[in-house]
Amino acid sequence: MISGVRIAAAGLCLAAGALPALAKEPNIETSLELGMELRLFPNDPAFGLQRDRAVSPSFYLEPEISADWNGGDDRLTLVPFARVDRDDDSRTHVDLREANWLHIGDGYDLVIGADKVFWGVTESRHLVDIVNQSDGVEDVDLEDKLGQPMVQLAVPSDLGTFSLFVMPYFRERTFPDADARLSGGVRVDDDAQYDSDAEEFHPDLAVRWSQVIGDFDVGLSHFHGTSREPRLLALDPANPSNLTPYYDQIDQTGLDLQYTTDAWLWKLEAIGRGGHGDYFPAAVAGFEYTLFGVRGSDMDLGFLAEYQYDGRDEDSSAPGTLANNDTFIGTRLTFNDVDDTSLLAGAVVDNEDGSTLLSLEAERRIGDDWKVEAVARFFLNADSENGLKALERDDFVSLTLIRYF
Amino acid sequence: MGKLQRILALAVLAISPVLQSAYAETPQEKGRAIAEETDRRDLGWGDSDVVMSMILRNAEGESSVRELRLRSLEVPERGVGDKSITVFDKPRDIEGTAFLSHTKILDPDDQWLYLPALKRVKRISSKNKSGPFVGSEFAYEDLVSQEVDRYDYTWLRDENCGEAAPTRECFVVERKPLYEHSGYTKQVSWVDKQDYQPRKTEFYDRKDALLKTLLQLDYKQYQGQYWRTHRMDMTNHQTGKSTTLTFEDYSFKVGLSEGDFEKNRLKRVR
Repeated sequence: MISGVRIAAAGLCLAAGALPALAKEPNIETSLELGMELRLFPNDPAFGLQRDRAVSPSFYLEPEISADWNGGDDRLTLVPFARVDRDDDSRTHVDLREANWLHIGDGYDLVIGADKVFWGVTESRHLVDIVNQSDGVEDVDLEDKLGQPMVQLAVPSDLGTFSLFVMPYFRERTFPDADARLSGGVRVDDDAQYDSDAEEFHPDLAVRWSQVIGDFDVGLSHFHGTSREPRLLALDPANPSNLTPYYDQIDQTGLDLQYTTDAWLWKLEAIGRGGHGDYFPAAVAGFEYTLFGVRGSDMDLGFLAEYQYDGRDEDSSAPGTLANNDTFIGTRLTFNDVDDTSLLAGAVVDNEDGSTLLSLEAERRIGDDWKVEAVARFFLNADSENGLKALERDDFVSLTLIRYF
Repeated sequence: MGKLQRILALAVLAISPVLQSAYAETPQEKGRAIAEETDRRDLGWGDSDVVMSMILRNAEGESSVRELRLRSLEVPERGVGDKSITVFDKPRDIEGTAFLSHTKILDPDDQWLYLPALKRVKRISSKNKSGPFVGSEFAYEDLVSQEVDRYDYTWLRDENCGEAAPTRECFVVERKPLYEHSGYTKQVSWVDKQDYQPRKTEFYDRKDALLKTLLQLDYKQYQGQYWRTHRMDMTNHQTGKSTTLTFEDYSFKVGLSEGDFEKNRLKRVR
């Protein structure tokens, strides 16, 4: 034992001696991302109250400040975010994406504060990913997330990594302003209602186990607490387009699984959820196959296909979903060039009524400090019963120029 | 030469093919023995940390820079490859992106990519061995640990090491990848006879045409044993592009363990 301690101490001294002289502590790093965005809406809006502007400019700022010490085992991270949008007052907003202390201990990691956590493997829908609320004003794909206050403890072991999340405060989803594009012509009330008497202070809990077993990456999780998806209730008899978000208490068990073999990635996400009407299952399953070095070039061409199923009640007892019986097909082109040029095009088609969301995402770096991103989303063939109907005149192209400082 | 000596010499000549087959190495054995010796001299390095920078140049002379850090772990078992994490610092749009690789000998490697903007760790296909690494002239397979059993070897000749070490004598060894999905039919390496470190390597594409030349320069020895190159110049003869990869001083035995190279650690790497 004593010799073990001595060896460890000697090892530490050696390690300290081996550290480069420039490692002054705390090690503070700052950076800033500044984005300028133009959203182009080629069609007139569908709803009278929506502003008819073909070009909507906005910009955002995302600074990042971090300080670490103990050789990186303790780290403070602060990532505020702010966007100013000329035509959508709700999209003009601020958030703390991250404000946390990370401590890497002996056999555990601890995070206290606002953080972002991602669970899952599929591309077209993130069913299992439930810790963070979506920042719904950023994009309709709901992939931008609000910082979630939490205490997160992760314990890696030979049997996999076990994580516990305690989330003492709930974040409400953000929605576009009623008179902005992509609002669907509805006004979502700022004053949410809750299933729990504790409202947004209900302590939500989650546990997760994840492990790599050969070619399989597997995760199992359970969440108990406030649903990140609200039901939108029309409680105002005078104006049925005024909606109140209602956040139920739910229990959701999730499985995410990926099998990687040769150029194939086989993916499955499945959940079971209680608390939104009858207990229901939902799943996304599919694959990504990549042709590397197409025709002797450096380019990679990927093919993606996923099936989306959701068994929730289609009355008002559960939040609505577009993904109840839909198919996603897509293609990813990666140029592997100096500018990291890439392109992802895909369509999600409703298998019952043919309503289609067509998306195109492209990006490339310019020089060392700039990048351009283009996103286009088209709502095609929207059936009158489909949720896409409300957006069908809000097809848009978004161009963003980003500068890194 | 006297009569007796002449008879003796003839006798030696007559039996020399027998001697060769019974005792001398074949070119294959000699080539493999050189690779084994390079490997043996590097055993026990444990783990290391190094800061790297990459300058990518196109045929028009335009350049762009990558800065990255490489953290490596030696896995002593012969049948298992080493592990590494690469973290990108520049360009800024990919800052914090991290790449974890568990190298195998002949089976496909296990690879994961951490995307900091989404906080997402993705398992990726490792079939892409011959693809360019971050747009450079280095392929993934050029940068992973050089395990002996990944190749078949043939010693070709001995000669001067050439431009990378003009005062040194080298073994010239041809090696053919045994793992699947390599972009090369063969590589020819100039291995320094004194320290058994490679000084130059030529890469031949799938049509067996010369594709790239790598020069390994500025070797330094650590801990009295382990040689590391501090500059690698890769030139693509078919496109005119080149990449220079430079290394700052290495830190060895910094206390890394298997646990630091697990998938779930990737999102904690800074």
